[in-house]
Amino acid sequence: MSVTTEQVRKTLARRYRAEKRFKAYGICAISIGLLALLLLFTDIIGKGYRAFYEYSVALQITFDPETLEIDDPRDLEQLQYGNYEAVVREALQARFPGVEGREDKRALAALVSTAAGYLLRDMLENSPELLGQTHTLWLQLDDDADMFLKTSEAKRKMARLSDQQQAWMVELEQSNEVRAGFNHSLFTRGDSREPEQAGILGAILGSLFTMLVTLALSFPIGVAAAVYLEEFAPKNRFTDFIEVNINNLAAVPSIIFGLLGLAVFIGLFGMPRSVPLVGGLVLTLMTLPTIIISSRAAIKAVPPSIRQAAMGLGASKMQVVLQFVLPLALPGMLTGGIIGMAQALGETAPLLMIGMVAFIVELPTGAMDAATVLPVQVFLWASSPEQSFVTMTSAAIMVLMTFLITMNTLAVVMRKRLERRW
Amino acid sequence: MQTGQLLLILAAMIVTAFIMGRHRALQVAQPLGGIRHLRSLPFYYAMRSAIWCALPALTVLVAWLVFDQTLIRIMVLDSLPAELQPVDGTARNLILSQIGNVASGALPADFVDAAVANAAGRLNQLQSISAMAMAVVVIVLAMLGGAWAWLRVSARMPAREQVERVLLVVFMLCAVLAVVTTVGIVFSVLFESIRFFGQVPITDFLFGLNWSPQMALRADQVASEGAFGAVPLFAGTLLISAIALIVAVPVGLMSAIYLAEYAHSKVRSFAKPALEVLAGVPTVVYGFFAALTVAPFIRDVGQSLGLSVASESALAAGLVMGIMLIPFVSSLSDDVITAVPRAMRDASLGLGATRSETIKKVIFPAALPGIMGGILLAASRAIGETMIVVMAAGLAANLTANPLQAVTTITVQIVTLLTGDQEFDSAKTLAAFALGLMLFITTLLMNVVALHIVKKYREQYE
Repeated sequence: MSVTTEQVRKTLARRYRAEKRFKAYGICAISIGLLALLLLFTDIIGKGYRAFYEYSVALQITFDPETLEIDDPRDLEQLQYGNYEAVVREALQARFPGVEGREDKRALAALVSTAAGYLLRDMLENSPELLGQTHTLWLQLDDDADMFLKTSEAKRKMARLSDQQQAWMVELEQSNEVRAGFNHSLFTRGDSREPEQAGILGAILGSLFTMLVTLALSFPIGVAAAVYLEEFAPKNRFTDFIEVNINNLAAVPSIIFGLLGLAVFIGLFGMPRSVPLVGGLVLTLMTLPTIIISSRAAIKAVPPSIRQAAMGLGASKMQVVLQFVLPLALPGMLTGGIIGMAQALGETAPLLMIGMVAFIVELPTGAMDAATVLPVQVFLWASSPEQSFVTMTSAAIMVLMTFLITMNTLAVVMRKRLERRW
Repeated sequence: MQTGQLLLILAAMIVTAFIMGRHRALQVAQPLGGIRHLRSLPFYYAMRSAIWCALPALTVLVAWLVFDQTLIRIMVLDSLPAELQPVDGTARNLILSQIGNVASGALPADFVDAAVANAAGRLNQLQSISAMAMAVVVIVLAMLGGAWAWLRVSARMPAREQVERVLLVVFMLCAVLAVVTTVGIVFSVLFESIRFFGQVPITDFLFGLNWSPQMALRADQVASEGAFGAVPLFAGTLLISAIALIVAVPVGLMSAIYLAEYAHSKVRSFAKPALEVLAGVPTVVYGFFAALTVAPFIRDVGQSLGLSVASESALAAGLVMGIMLIPFVSSLSDDVITAVPRAMRDASLGLGATRSETIKKVIFPAALPGIMGGILLAASRAIGETMIVVMAAGLAANLTANPLQAVTTITVQIVTLLTGDQEFDSAKTLAAFALGLMLFITTLLMNVVALHIVKKYREQYE
């Protein structure tokens, strides 16, 4: 046995240990990444699932004309100014007859959401014959009372209810006078200061209009730019300059695009603040590089033989590109487009700059209405102190993530299904 | 007339021009004996008509929409009597918004000066004139363009060449938009920054150690003068970015190496998409996670160890930012590692080196430039990241290297200075643009260097 072999043999155990160690580092790194992912998702879902249901309370509501101050339910003016809260208050006091004193009565009334009044008004408007009748109705609870029922026994001492209110809630719960149901208002309403009345529909619509503007502009422009750079551009300094520009724009921090939007679209062109149109324009500029880069890759993947065949049959360069190259490159371009859109949908920072952080209750009806978007809604709610808004934020994040994961999965599936290997 | 309706009318006119152009081409071809006697296919004649109908009208429409508000504002302001003429930008914006409110009916006319009420009337009048004039001009232009193209259709006209030339120019303009965007960014931040440096000396901004942008509204107020020394912001940004990179680089790099060199294909097909999900999580979600879960956790752990930890510690923001960057670093490293030629790997393994030795002594040195480029890109991302720090880092500008204290960053300050209704002229707002300029220059330099390195490296092995 030679000296070298002997030396190698001696060090072999050490080298194998080093090998194992190195491999363990790798496994560690992967685990850290996956663990972070797992933690993030369980944290969000653990916080947010409770926002999808809400508690309501059964109360004997009497549509008493005197308390309501309504004698003709067909008179819209009277309906508008009816004292619905008094009806709810009386029903609560009838349920808990022992409650005396202003403070206590107010604490009791605070258990039911102010939205209950609107519900009664709508009921009365739809069926005027209810006036004077008594019905058992399920009324929405206030967010603090709702949160109290949602927390487990052990943690209830932390709730934002007084001991007396807690006692009432426990009594209602034990006599099965509260029930949980799907939280409709989450998906049918705009923002509100009252957590139990706030919803994400306004933000979803805002996101939709913003994305429509972005899609309508960035995809055609991005594809056209990619076609020019890949098929027509002469190799010169200017083309190189454009290319360097695109690559750099892809890495410019998104907040800079917000500054651009603020200075140019709002400052220079005098466009209104907070509207999806301006948001869409800013996001278009931001996503263009992504779309151009992926579209160029898709065009590059079309084999030159197809171009040559078409040209050999007498097609002009433009005809070759529009009729042969583009259709073949389209799946790849769409994949890039979807990824760009997903990126734009999750973007927050540039939209803060152009004022899409306003508190907006009304649902937007078009790209020129003041609106906010889903990620900005998350940001707004995350800074609210109420415990209910934390769960609402998590729920909004879950909705946002569902959209994003669907879009990304769609992109992956499309890439696998439609992209041709030559 | 609404712009939307006008666009619909225009679209209908373009379609009509297309159909009529096609019809006309066929008509011209008929006495000659079929479309093979035309110089181009009828489709191109139709397209030519449509382009003639659309392009001039659309150009005018866009220019009109962009500039009419500015022009109307100037005209309305000119109509005000001399004593109401605004002296500076703030007063100008104030009076404009007042006129606007009166014009829209939000503010009753008898609440304001008669001159302002008049101006509001003038604003309404000018706006309706502008809208009408725009509609008329655009429709007439579209008709003229379409008619011109229709009249000019002839068998010998090179319609295809013309259409293709127009398309080519449109494509080129789309590509040039990238340059326009860059120029727009540079000018928008540069302009306001120059105005800012007119009020605050650039040396104070770059080297000052005190940042408190709150300006006194009245001269007799106790509030500070407003100090714009940005060093604490630069330091805070560096601190958080450094923490993020300390987390992201080893973890991302090792994941990439493991996935590329060791992992079974089953593990790979599961772990890689999972990491990519991490890359697709919006930053506002990371911010929420950092502010509501990680930061309280770190504070509690610190307290149980007897350390004083700020509830908005740099550590929490940095850690979560690091998690965000893991997939970014890992996918960039994966690209460069797999780009190292197979032959180098096989040669090393063939000489008896273990896998880890091959990676450490052969692949890693070969991939180093590319990895460095990737790290630079990640660093530029960390510096420009906004939402995580806005939600999880503090607002107070502390000059400290202690990761357990609260620091603030450039992006946080930009957001806090610019959200809410601010006027464009105060030093406070302008400071945000100066910070934006710094951010843009820094990230631009890092990106240029990084992209250059990555490109050089790629060419080496191709």
